[in-house]
Amino acid sequence: MNHSAREAMLGRIREALKIKAPPPGPHAGAAPHPAPRDGEFRPLLPAVGATWEEQCRQFARNAELLKAAFQVVPNTAAARAEVERIVREEQWQRLATYDHPLLREIGQDLGPTPLFTDRPYDKAELEKCEGAVTTCEALIAQTGSVLVTSRGCGGRAISILPPHHVVIARREQLLPDLLAAFALLRQKYGAHYPSMISFITGPSRTGDIERILVLGAHGPKRLTILLLEGK
Amino acid sequence: MKITLFIPCFIDQFYPQVGVSVVKILEKLGHAVEYPEAQTCCGQPAFNSGLWDEARAVAEHALDVFQSAEVIVTPSGSCGAMLRVFYPQLFAGTPRYDLACAVGRKTFEFSEFLVRRLGVTDVGAEFKGRATFHDGCHGLRELGVKDEPRQLLRQVRGLELVEMDPPEVCCGFGGTFAVKFPMISTAMGEGKCQAIAGTGADYVISLDSSCLMHLQGLLARQGKNIRCLHLAEVLAQSL
Amino acid sequence: MSPNTAVQFKAQATRLAADLEHRQWIFKALRGYEAKRDECKARFQNWEGARQAAAEIKYDTLNHLDRYLEQFVHHLESRGARVHWAADARAAREIILDLARQNQVRFIIKSKSMTSEEIHLNEALEAGGFEVFESDLGEYIVQLRQEPPYHIVFPAMHLKRGQISEVFQQKLQAEPVTDPEALTMIARRVMRQKFCQADMGISGVNFGVAENGMISITENEGNARLTTALPRIHVALMGIEKLVRTMDDLALLLPMLATAGAGQWLTGYNTLYGGPRLAGESDGPEQFHVVLLDNGRTRLLADAEQRDVLHCIRCGACLNVCPIFRNVGGHTYGTTYQGPIGSVLTPHLRGLREWKHLSYASSLCGACTETCPVKIDLAHHLLHNRRNAVQAHPPFFERLAFAGFQVMMRHPALYRLGTTLARWLQPLHGLVQGTALDPARAWTRSREAPRLARESFHAWWKKHRRTTSPS
Repeated sequence: MNHSAREAMLGRIREALKIKAPPPGPHAGAAPHPAPRDGEFRPLLPAVGATWEEQCRQFARNAELLKAAFQVVPNTAAARAEVERIVREEQWQRLATYDHPLLREIGQDLGPTPLFTDRPYDKAELEKCEGAVTTCEALIAQTGSVLVTSRGCGGRAISILPPHHVVIARREQLLPDLLAAFALLRQKYGAHYPSMISFITGPSRTGDIERILVLGAHGPKRLTILLLEGK
Repeated sequence: MKITLFIPCFIDQFYPQVGVSVVKILEKLGHAVEYPEAQTCCGQPAFNSGLWDEARAVAEHALDVFQSAEVIVTPSGSCGAMLRVFYPQLFAGTPRYDLACAVGRKTFEFSEFLVRRLGVTDVGAEFKGRATFHDGCHGLRELGVKDEPRQLLRQVRGLELVEMDPPEVCCGFGGTFAVKFPMISTAMGEGKCQAIAGTGADYVISLDSSCLMHLQGLLARQGKNIRCLHLAEVLAQSL
Repeated sequence: MSPNTAVQFKAQATRLAADLEHRQWIFKALRGYEAKRDECKARFQNWEGARQAAAEIKYDTLNHLDRYLEQFVHHLESRGARVHWAADARAAREIILDLARQNQVRFIIKSKSMTSEEIHLNEALEAGGFEVFESDLGEYIVQLRQEPPYHIVFPAMHLKRGQISEVFQQKLQAEPVTDPEALTMIARRVMRQKFCQADMGISGVNFGVAENGMISITENEGNARLTTALPRIHVALMGIEKLVRTMDDLALLLPMLATAGAGQWLTGYNTLYGGPRLAGESDGPEQFHVVLLDNGRTRLLADAEQRDVLHCIRCGACLNVCPIFRNVGGHTYGTTYQGPIGSVLTPHLRGLREWKHLSYASSLCGACTETCPVKIDLAHHLLHNRRNAVQAHPPFFERLAFAGFQVMMRHPALYRLGTTLARWLQPLHGLVQGTALDPARAWTRSREAPRLARESFHAWWKKHRRTTSPS
């Protein structure tokens, strides 16, 4: 049944495509805009600085506009101190995390009971966590996004369920743009992509009521990004 | 250059002074102007109503009238778009397709012709008053005519040009749309009138007498003392 | 004579076009969008080039859709996703209902999906005995109010905070707050429970990536992330036109969707999903189903002239600039997809005869074509629909009128005679103007009528030529 539905649909498509459609062109009156070759989208997209410092500044600017907290910290000790400050200030009782060398140094023994999401866990328990501390796959300078995956960053729910998401990123994880991020994913995961790849651009938001911005619609109300400058 | 005029039917009947102004300006610039008297309408009302066969019949007549012209100049962005953009669509797959494209290519909206083809932005006009410019949608989006009328108006001595906010929004005329959906058309026109009034202008200038007919009708009904003028009328005022 | 849909449209449009408060509300809501959209466009080094590239991506994908679809499905299935092929809305509903029944589902949580609106999925699921919750805030609000989305991207843009507060008080026994933040938090609290209870999450799809068989979902609130993380089954409903070739294509299309759709340079969450929970992953659904929907799309694909309508990425930009939409509002259309894209698309999905009036309800201003990030020739397609409608069902009276028009305009002598007659008859119009007998009433009700000039241009030219060229 499913097989025949599939063949029928593909058949309809092949039949439909027997007539060629006119290629997309300039609209009357407007000058033509030749598109660059496949995949060469960089000259069209917003410009990104060439150096790490420029990209870092750009990420910081984007983060600020997105109402995410972003800090460059010199080392893991400083990152740990910053997470400790957040935990104290927001009085976290429970904290979501997972087994990762970076996270072993930052966050898991700061006081709040850790909930590990890389082993079977109760989603109701995760829902009670005040915050989550995670690593990421990359930061994107062009857009101010954090790239996480289900395999590399503690699963699907950790970065969306707790109200405060703290991300720890290493210096070399700052990438210029989405194209660089896709290249990284291709190289790292090849034919075995994680089941979820997510670009997080700012805290959860909505404008559904009178087009007024409200943070924390369903996901985290706060997003903190700590970028390690050194080791 | 021998210029062949296409004076759309409603300008012929309702706003002949627009055509007269065009003739005066072009002749003042030293060009020979020709007006084939057999011309009638471009066929747009039928085309826009979906009656392409009827539109094609009218357009065939226009092709006959204009086929030997060197350039065709028309004081209407909308009718200009009909000839240049829509005739090729209308005649696609018919024996007269190439002729339709050729006629389309040599058709120019009046301000476009002055600025792009003749390289003229100052016709030596004088006009006292505060005015705003309304972009007719066909001229703006089908022909890409936007700066040309403004370049011409900026050279008019005594004229103060103020842009509307928001700019480039349709006035709501839309041909038969204006009578098929009069309430939507009117609502759009009211929005436009508000933008016009917001500029404090005494005049609204446009490339399309059809938009102006709609706007003038609304402004008059609202009791507003704002006059609608075609660009050619403004440019020819002092000639 | 007129089908019901057209009569309803006209009545509703007439009412709302005169509703000044509604008009001002929508204009105000869109003003902020315009400013942010322009700001984001300006960030692009070459927005017009990006439009062309985006159009070419979609063109290439659609014109080799069979090949890309097979590639897409192959990758999905190899990761344990189940792919279902639905020829029409009924087939898609049946597939999803069967999945819910087979898996003893009780609660279903949904993230925003216009395609699910298109197939009227909620009604079918509710009739099947399932409880369905829309999790997107705007969708949830209109679901509580039992009305369809007002706009494909901003479902509740027509509502004021007081109205939202009212429905929350009635349906959720919420406290009487009107602050948007407080109202949002009420919905968040309710939804948190639903997310944890739901057995099945249903989402739409913004893009399907042929290269690796992943679907991409764009959202701001995180509700789609939750919908696809917590329930044990994830069902994604996808129109077959949503395909792109590679992830790199998304590097262009995602920022463009965000810019055109909401004036953001990237939407809050852009997430790719490629399967159920995989080996080595600790959470996520046990089952992942992708339902591929045709429902008229292959018919549109067969129309080479309008194939580009399938480029649509549902950004809603054409609605936002459309003066018709702005004046009549989203509900007036009576369709799933509103505005210019809806007027062009609906006749293909639901029949030209009943939906052709939407193609006539346009001043053909072309703002939609100009703004469309994937260069769909929207305004011209309205003309094509009109032509097709006339060919399929010739309108008798209009045909008759234009037959007369055509004969007159082909014969200059008749044209002269006709217009001369009109000059004589014009004074008679003054007698009936403003009365029910006025044949030009549709015009003169709100506008002064123009008057025929005493002398036509033609007549002036004859004299002019005599004075300038003695030959």
